[in-house]
Amino acid sequence: MATKLKDTDVVIVGLGAAGGVAALPLAQAGIDVVGLEAGTWLTRRDFAPDELRNNVRGWPQGIQKANQEIPTSRANASSPTAPRGTIHPMQNAVGGTSLHYWAQSWRLNPWDFKVVSETKRRYGASRIPKGSTVEDWPFGLDELEPYYDKIEYEVGVSGQAGNINGKIDPRGNPFEGARKRPYPMPPLRGNEFLEKMASAARTIGWAPFPGPAAVNSRAYQNRSGCMYHGFCNRGGCHVDAKNSTAVTTIPRAQATGHLKVVPRAHVTTIEVDGNGRMTGVNYVTDGVEYFQPAKVVLLASFTYENNRLLLLSKSKAFPNGLSNNHKQVGRHYFSHHQGAGVTALFPFNLNSWYGLPAQGVAVDNWADDNFDHSGVDFIGGGNLWVYSDRRPIGAVGASTFGRAPNWGSAWKAFIKENADRSNSAYLQKTTLPYEDNFLDLDPGVKDPLGYPVCRVTGEYKDNERRIAAFIQDKMEQWYREAGAVAIQRAPVGGAMGVSTHAYGGTRMGDNPETNVVDRWGFSHEVPNLGVLGASVMGTSGARNPTLTAQALAWRTADHLAKNWNAIGRKTS
Amino acid sequence: MTFISRRDLLKAAAIVPFARGFQSGARPPVENLTSTEMQLLDAIVARLIPTDANGPGATEALAAHYIDHALGNALASSRPAYTAGLAALDRYARSSRGAPFPQLSATDQDSVLIDVETGAATGFTGSSAAFFAMVLSHTHQGTFGDPYYGGNANFVGWDLIAYPGVRTMVTATDQKSLESKALKTNHKSAYEYDFIKDSERGRRGPASLGKRDDHGD
Repeated sequence: MATKLKDTDVVIVGLGAAGGVAALPLAQAGIDVVGLEAGTWLTRRDFAPDELRNNVRGWPQGIQKANQEIPTSRANASSPTAPRGTIHPMQNAVGGTSLHYWAQSWRLNPWDFKVVSETKRRYGASRIPKGSTVEDWPFGLDELEPYYDKIEYEVGVSGQAGNINGKIDPRGNPFEGARKRPYPMPPLRGNEFLEKMASAARTIGWAPFPGPAAVNSRAYQNRSGCMYHGFCNRGGCHVDAKNSTAVTTIPRAQATGHLKVVPRAHVTTIEVDGNGRMTGVNYVTDGVEYFQPAKVVLLASFTYENNRLLLLSKSKAFPNGLSNNHKQVGRHYFSHHQGAGVTALFPFNLNSWYGLPAQGVAVDNWADDNFDHSGVDFIGGGNLWVYSDRRPIGAVGASTFGRAPNWGSAWKAFIKENADRSNSAYLQKTTLPYEDNFLDLDPGVKDPLGYPVCRVTGEYKDNERRIAAFIQDKMEQWYREAGAVAIQRAPVGGAMGVSTHAYGGTRMGDNPETNVVDRWGFSHEVPNLGVLGASVMGTSGARNPTLTAQALAWRTADHLAKNWNAIGRKTS
Repeated sequence: MTFISRRDLLKAAAIVPFARGFQSGARPPVENLTSTEMQLLDAIVARLIPTDANGPGATEALAAHYIDHALGNALASSRPAYTAGLAALDRYARSSRGAPFPQLSATDQDSVLIDVETGAATGFTGSSAAFFAMVLSHTHQGTFGDPYYGGNANFVGWDLIAYPGVRTMVTATDQKSLESKALKTNHKSAYEYDFIKDSERGRRGPASLGKRDDHGD
């Protein structure tokens, strides 16, 4: 029998990138928030500049909840389940994966909110890929702009604006939607190689610019600027220059006295009453069960766990899982086609040992609808990202471009000369939702508490594969222009697998027949249940999801604070 | 702006790196493998990253020692694969080349390893290629990982690829020095920096640098 705890106004399930942001506007409005986090606070000891630990062994944090719940995956309903991974892409800690992520903090482009209507308008309805369930967002970029701005300043984002109130600044991204003001900090610094790449892009008529990063380029909010020490990729920051919610919004929310952080709280199910109204959540700490009653719950536990918790929370009112009477939970799932990378070998050292993956040069000319798609057989595109990031084990494991075997004296001679001479581009590409890509509960695999894990059924379709091939051509052209002497392309994707960029399953939209949450992020079926994170996003754009997930989280929390009497009213 | 002071840096530099204790040619004791298995593994890693005109290799890095140690903690789940794989490789060398692997010529050792790498070697449980890939990956870890874990002794792996070393701060001036080949190499483990030891002390009592603990292991 679970111990019933004292009632609170709001429970946030998961204090990561999204939940950690949502706590702040609520706490500032005087609403009492309990933040249930499966992980713990981490210390600087956890942020050692140690490649073996961070990158090879997956930063084994103390609490292993996520690693015991890794989703299973298969390409489609008739294909076999793939071998299960050993490290979950997400981790449990106060601050969640925002502690060790790359911290690229992009706004989506205007087209990403209007994929259907813009495609129909410009190219005709036949150009929407067959089988895709993509919809326009219930609002455009304009609606989200103030929240993007809020996060950029509250959390701290470095970058170069490209479009302030419609005025294009050629130092930034000329394709970005209009913003009201510049970033609060200048972009992270460049280096010789990045400048060479930028110069090559200009030579072929493209528009290179430094990307946005939730990393301090100078002291900000009494925290240090970046030290560029090279261990930011799946590593935490030893000087708190990476703007995880653990060092930004969460402590500020705690300082109001209205946020209680409960670490090591493993949430299992969400409860409802006979009228289908949410009453609170069940969680387990060290084998002891608790019930935390709340007037409102915000579910913020990453896409796989958001979907799983809803599907596991079955009741009389919701026999198919919470908020799933329209059978939309788990639908419209997709993950970024981040694969199909391109690696280049240069005849000179790139001096990339010290840097971070958010320090780089981007080209957006071939993303979204930034170019005329009349002559191509796909919609959308990709963002080209070249960054400065290298560590020893990764460097020696890189491609030998067919110029040497993988071991022995010839290999040793190759890496001695070339360990610092290759570069892999990060190519994020438009990925659409389709009828037959979805999340559900695995019929066989269970976590240690006996609950089924999430199952991913997903594969990239023709549209995604055509974009990938097109983008690889562009990337190769760029590398060659900068002097690359060999190019290696990774295979174009098939099965989606488990991803750090996982979207959908609780999509946001006005139509309850095709969407789980409304335009404010609250369930169409359970009025006092909100959902945060990329699981509400209906399109991916060609760039990292975190800033958008955070802007949406702030907007949902802000809406809740402003409408507290309507949404948080007592029911009994 | 940083809390890593000059004094901290100097203090950290005064600490003798742990792996250097084995510098004099003495090999560290075997911890998890049998001595026969260790002898075979030593011979394998010596061919994967040979000691040659380009300098020290996996032997000097103590890569086999790294693997042997890790099989007692972080790589414990690979222990059965090593037991089975090393025994199969031993049998395969004897049956196909007529002698135990360590006694074969370098050329014959390489030809055995090529068979194992390509999956052509017989007598393995499953594919010999999976065993090869595992050993190669662990050999990289033991040669190019932080010396804290018992490999990359005397930083020979990092020196081979001219990695300028673990630092906690790299200024724009440092980056320019690197680009003009003027940056001095920093021979230091991540765990020689005081900010890590201090937080360790706060969390788990006295600092135990040199005694490898459970974090990441």
